[in-house]
Amino acid sequence: MKMVTAIIKPFKVDEVRDALTAIGVHGMTATEVKGYGRQKGHTEIYRGTEYAVSFLPKVKIEIAVPTAQVDKVIETVIAAAKTGQIGDGKIFIFGIDQAIRIRTGESDDAAL
Amino acid sequence: MTFRNPYRAGLAALALAMLAATSAFADEPVVNKGDNAWMLTSSVLVLLMTIPGLALFYGGLVRTKNMLSVLAHVFYTVCIVTVVWMIYGYSLTFTGGSPFIGGFSKLFLAGVTPDSKAATFSAGVNISELVYMCFQLTFAAITPALIVGAFAERMRFAAVALFIPLWVTFIYFPIAHMVWYWAGPDAIVEAAKVVAAATDEAAKTAAQAKLDEVMADAGQIFLWGAIDFAGGTVVHINAGIAALVGALIVGKRIGFGKELMPPHSLTQTMIGASLLWVGWFGFNAGSNLEATGVAALAMANSFVATAGAALSWMFAEWIVKGKPSLLGAVSGAVAGLVAVTPASGFAGPMGALVLGLIAGVVCLIFVSAVKNALGYDDSLDVFGVHCIGGIIGALGTGILVSPALGGTGIFDYVAGKVADYDFTTQMIAQGKAVLTTLVWSGVGSAILYKVVDLIVGLRATPEAEREGLDLADHGERAYNF
Repeated sequence: MKMVTAIIKPFKVDEVRDALTAIGVHGMTATEVKGYGRQKGHTEIYRGTEYAVSFLPKVKIEIAVPTAQVDKVIETVIAAAKTGQIGDGKIFIFGIDQAIRIRTGESDDAAL
Repeated sequence: MTFRNPYRAGLAALALAMLAATSAFADEPVVNKGDNAWMLTSSVLVLLMTIPGLALFYGGLVRTKNMLSVLAHVFYTVCIVTVVWMIYGYSLTFTGGSPFIGGFSKLFLAGVTPDSKAATFSAGVNISELVYMCFQLTFAAITPALIVGAFAERMRFAAVALFIPLWVTFIYFPIAHMVWYWAGPDAIVEAAKVVAAATDEAAKTAAQAKLDEVMADAGQIFLWGAIDFAGGTVVHINAGIAALVGALIVGKRIGFGKELMPPHSLTQTMIGASLLWVGWFGFNAGSNLEATGVAALAMANSFVATAGAALSWMFAEWIVKGKPSLLGAVSGAVAGLVAVTPASGFAGPMGALVLGLIAGVVCLIFVSAVKNALGYDDSLDVFGVHCIGGIIGALGTGILVSPALGGTGIFDYVAGKVADYDFTTQMIAQGKAVLTTLVWSGVGSAILYKVVDLIVGLRATPEAEREGLDLADHGERAYNF
């Protein structure tokens, strides 16, 4: 089992969700986050005073999937979230030691 | 709010009085229901400026953790000044005494009843004294409320609670008395009639002495001949300089210049600024005290100067900083309202437009370039908008009142006509009014801040400031999402 963590542009969340649903991914967790990478930040001006805003709003989605499905999920996220502009985000993959569904006690692949 | 308005009864009344030769005691001034209705309305419009107008305008500009504290400062100010005003403030401001402060003859509103009357700017026309008292109350309330923007996000509530009543007592009441207190047109016209009717030399001398006495029964700045229709000096310069002194004495916010302190809700700032604009019609047009054409002139001026200043600030920012900002537009609107305040019943609409266009750009320079160069932390730019806008307005009024520039001129109640305009004389009077206010309020406020600091301490603790004054001072939050 793998945890696919993707940091994407906020307005791409719905497209990514729809695309993942289409390939049979049935759940994910989304969090509004702030961060910066190569895109850096932007400048805001209030009454002539400039503020450098280095943290930009992004959405972090976390998807737990069976190992066999990982490559397909990555491909799908890239296809849906890509605009080609700087700031499209990143994907990180981690291993999962265990997964348990709280309601039934099912574990591992059956719990995903 | 100084002498204005056509002397309606005109020379005819003067002639009649002379014929009758029954001297001083002509018709009792009457209270017009229309004027009274307008002043009742104006009074609540000015209250609307402060709550919620100013409270939201300021509140939107601070960070989320201090929103509630700003709302509390403004709301508290309205309440404490209302009580103080009725107990002794009205008496100290609007009774005779000395040219610098009134007396205690109307302490606890003694003698102010539904039947008592207050003068307007027309002889023979009065309004109910109670509505005049309430109208003036709303001015006394908004002025100190303006100051709290300068030390927002770091001054303890206990310090604000003590500072506000002290400030109105020692700064606002004397300045308002000096600028606005006078015997009124009825007293002057009556005394002038007696002079005109006097037949022999002795009677003439006595009558002239009486007229001089009536003319001298006024505040010092009024006696200099300075004009301030709705409170450019009394309200805006007065509050603006007290704000700068406060920002300097209380000191910078923790992290000022290093941490981001952007406004938390420009939506609320825009709502607040718009309510200020709406309420300002009560402030400016209401300051005419009568529902006449001059009230309408003040209204027209308050429209056009405000719009002009909003545009000039916005376009100047667009040119210099690359983007036209909403905050710039609404700040410009407030600067325009401030600048047109003293001029609203004196300037013509095109004069008011020019005044607004200038105020928008000059105030922008002050809140950005000058403030950053000097490094003081006037959190919400009370000095840059109100004091600077007020000075532009006070001096501009001296120029724009000129009939040659479309202004109304200044009415001379003794002569019964508009007085000749003299640029130098008028500008000297305006300059003296501005300097007196700057010095009185600047020095006086500095002393009061120090007194408050000794008694309760001005500054919140660093922990309280970091946590936010909402929780530290009030134990509640503006927002519970």
